[in-house]
Amino acid sequence: MDKDTPRAHHDLGGAAKFMCEAVDTTPHGLTDFDKQVDAIRQILGAKQIMTVDELRRGIESIPEAEYHRLSYYRRWIRSITGILLQKGVITEAELRAALEAG
Amino acid sequence: MMFDPGSSVRVKNDWPETRGPAHIRTPHYVRGMQGTVVRWLGAFPNPEDLAFARPAATRALYHVRFDQPAIWQEGRAGDELVVEIFEHWLEPA
Amino acid sequence: MTIVETDGEKLLTALRSVLAAKGIASPAEIAERIASTDSANPGQGARMVAKAWTDPAYRARMLEDGTKAAEELGIPMRGMPPLGVLEDSADVHNLIVCTLCSCYPRAVLGYPPFWYKSAGYRARAVRDPRGLLAEEWGTVLPDHVRLRVVDSTADYRWMVLPLRPAGTEGWDEQRLASIVREGDMIGVTIPRV
Repeated sequence: MDKDTPRAHHDLGGAAKFMCEAVDTTPHGLTDFDKQVDAIRQILGAKQIMTVDELRRGIESIPEAEYHRLSYYRRWIRSITGILLQKGVITEAELRAALEAG
Repeated sequence: MMFDPGSSVRVKNDWPETRGPAHIRTPHYVRGMQGTVVRWLGAFPNPEDLAFARPAATRALYHVRFDQPAIWQEGRAGDELVVEIFEHWLEPA
Repeated sequence: MTIVETDGEKLLTALRSVLAAKGIASPAEIAERIASTDSANPGQGARMVAKAWTDPAYRARMLEDGTKAAEELGIPMRGMPPLGVLEDSADVHNLIVCTLCSCYPRAVLGYPPFWYKSAGYRARAVRDPRGLLAEEWGTVLPDHVRLRVVDSTADYRWMVLPLRPAGTEGWDEQRLASIVREGDMIGVTIPRV
């Protein structure tokens, strides 16, 4: 039974839909992708370009289905990219060019 | 610092998320609930503003204890939830 | 599809390139940061626990100020969030969670485990902690023990100082540290010999 409140979808404490969700307790090493995303977030924080609060806000704005579909660090890279674009730290043109260059 | 350890407090039953983009660190399950202050944890810039790169006022942070069965209407008597809550979310109860 | 919905691996490659071009984050800086993050691991928290088990004055300092206690053992804490330590007792067992995201005492335990970040853990820990611990970790608390679940919602990061198990009398700190696991310092398991 969920409390009848306008709970944000990331606000998961006691959420009814996950109360029967099994937890995979086996060890999962971090991939290179994971570590690089984590490191970039730390560097952006240390250089005061983006805070952890902005990272969280970006993650929370991912629509619910996508939020749960994306892996942890894929949420991060999506949030980081979005926040940097919003703040004008990088431009969409720059990012597109880099994506095309591959 | 407004609340001494042992003070009875109530978390505001407020839902800023319904009024526009927001970043709130008070979990849904304690809003409107009564708890007891365990201790003052210090003062920190308000994450609700940091999340939007707005100037963030420093706010007192408390560890607040809640009776677990009272929150969920289930669970073991004596079990508790302790949550970090900013002063502006608390009222005397 | 908006640009942020691009596949994450492609976004990372492109972002690395743009950040390097702008002098924001070079490949060397990223590699260096990975190396220093990798050096944090649960063994560090285990050393703190072992010392607290053998040295009551250290235990008191650790409970008073976890950050300073970590620094005493050479664990780098500069720029890290404040560390809080929660003491288990005969009557109280602590369990840490971050229901809103994944806040974790990384400076003393390393990267958070996969399970800690999962929706199942985040949902169940605050509402059915006893069921969660029993079903997923086989951890069953005695009836008289109260469970305190600590939700890391703000600036602090929390670790548990678990109970020293019986059968470790006379052990030195190194041997004691060797039996303290990551899960013991979050509260999903209890140290044992």
